[in-house]
Amino acid sequence: MEYAVAVNDLTVAYHKKPVLWDIDLEIPSGVLMAIVGPNGAGKSTLIKTMLNMIKPVTGETRFWGEVYEKQRKNIGYVPQRGSVDWDFPTNVLDVVTMGTYGELGWFKRPGKKEKEIAIRALEKVDMLPFADRQISQLSGGQQQRVFLARALVQNADIYFMDEPFQGVDAKTERAIISLLRELRSIGKTVVVVHHDLQTVEEYFDWVTLLNKVIIASGPVEKVFNEENLMKAYKSKVDKLFS
Amino acid sequence: MSLINIFSDYTLRTVALGSALLGAMSGVIGTYAVLRKQSLVGDAVSHAALPGIGIAFLLTGSKNIEWLLLGAFISGWLSIYIVNIIIKHSRVKYDSALGMMLSVFFGLGLVILTYIQKIPDSNQAGLEGFLFGQASTLLKRDVIVMSIVGGAIIIIVALLWKEFKLLSFDPEFCQVSGFPKEKLDLILTTLIVIAIVTGLQTVGVVLMSAMIIAPAVAARQWTDKLSVMVILSSVFGGLSGVIGTIISSSTRNLPTGPVIVVIISAISIISLFIAPGRGIIWRRMRDKKNKKRLNRNIILNNIYNLSTEGNGTQGYSLEDLSISKGDFNFPINTLEKELENLETLDLVKVKDKKWYITEKGINEIEDFRGGLGE
Repeated sequence: MEYAVAVNDLTVAYHKKPVLWDIDLEIPSGVLMAIVGPNGAGKSTLIKTMLNMIKPVTGETRFWGEVYEKQRKNIGYVPQRGSVDWDFPTNVLDVVTMGTYGELGWFKRPGKKEKEIAIRALEKVDMLPFADRQISQLSGGQQQRVFLARALVQNADIYFMDEPFQGVDAKTERAIISLLRELRSIGKTVVVVHHDLQTVEEYFDWVTLLNKVIIASGPVEKVFNEENLMKAYKSKVDKLFS
Repeated sequence: MSLINIFSDYTLRTVALGSALLGAMSGVIGTYAVLRKQSLVGDAVSHAALPGIGIAFLLTGSKNIEWLLLGAFISGWLSIYIVNIIIKHSRVKYDSALGMMLSVFFGLGLVILTYIQKIPDSNQAGLEGFLFGQASTLLKRDVIVMSIVGGAIIIIVALLWKEFKLLSFDPEFCQVSGFPKEKLDLILTTLIVIAIVTGLQTVGVVLMSAMIIAPAVAARQWTDKLSVMVILSSVFGGLSGVIGTIISSSTRNLPTGPVIVVIISAISIISLFIAPGRGIIWRRMRDKKNKKRLNRNIILNNIYNLSTEGNGTQGYSLEDLSISKGDFNFPINTLEKELENLETLDLVKVKDKKWYITEKGINEIEDFRGGLGE
């Protein structure tokens, strides 16, 4: 099996307290993978460390055998919706166009070509009528679609998404999942930090259970079982009562 | 002194031009500070510049403005550097670290200034002018330096336009797009420090932060576009520089720097109130309108619920409507007034003192309910 991502011996600490411990993880190409685990399990930290935003204490992440910098342009990212200020003075089209900045490189301004790419991405997420809309006037679901469109613009081979289903309406949730499936069907790899255990089996084909350490990782039908879930969520319960 | 004197009085012209340049450049750079929620950075840097001025004087023994401002630059920059070290290696929050540096550096600055004043025979007079600024001491040379600095800031902001925008809106995405957050942050912070240091002579360490924050806050009220915000902010800054200079020169004993700050603060306060869309007055009006619509829809919803529970053609008297659904009870006369309003909108009709919901009313309420689900 070809691996899109291989994480090796990764340990991350905040203020000397480990938040991720000795992570070894391989993500095959072309899967739609969920990272699940209780609050504070380090799910977001894991993808941020993989994407070089957080420096690990030890360990490394390889994308198709190469370091992050070499593969950066093949990697798309959707941050948590709440990580930005939606009152920023800009409109929908402008935010989506930001997906082209990485390809443009330093100093170059986006032109007609970049605008067109952004418009096509907006079409894909059903947000074209909102292109000129102020981002402060969007609902939660619409904000999420804008972020997805921006990631589509990156035209990456692997996408990392931090809680894309958080606080969106049912319609948007369905739209997102069908988009993710479409990405998978054209050979992209999608890694999603996910909260809702109910939908894991329906939405994903690969899953990683995380609670500071990797509890299990593999095909959903093999590893998404009660035993592993207990392991992932139990330590939290224990701590509450200790 | 009249307006015409601005163009004939050489000193006044120099001061006005210098203040305008200062207002314009701090307006540009302040936009980013405000959007990144780092308004306090300006406050910390400007206060932290004071010990640098004192130390530069002690080392060089001269009041040569270039040396003093170099000292201000170094100590202002150093304060931000220390803030970053503190938040990286401790659990102290960003604003606490800034506040701490502000008072530590400013206190140190006051100590050094007091010490200098006690040195016999030293040519120290005037250093305390940096506390509140001494715009009248601006020379042509200073204005030339200010234009160069201002020009450089504008060129850098134009060159790094999309990078700064991305950094301000979404630093994480900026990082993964291949623009290192730390580097851009360093450039932007350095520009803020430069703008502040340039303004110390005019406005002084205590009030300089207002020149960074106020124009941007005012500009944000009037536009939803970053480019317009940057331009407006610099116009507001520049304008208050000129107006402040004119006012202070037309009256005896009005210090220029503080007057400029009062003008720009007035512009922001007015903007906070009257700007369309974001202004407080506008928002109040919109809330009132929304509340009115909500009141109507509650009543409409009541009739709708009663009608759908019944067979759909029933009419209801005022008494029926006032006692139904206990959550929102209106006094009978308010209810009647609202119903009459609804009737003029064709949402309900009245026959024999009984109220019926119309087709249009049903559509309206179903739309409204749909909107709530979104």
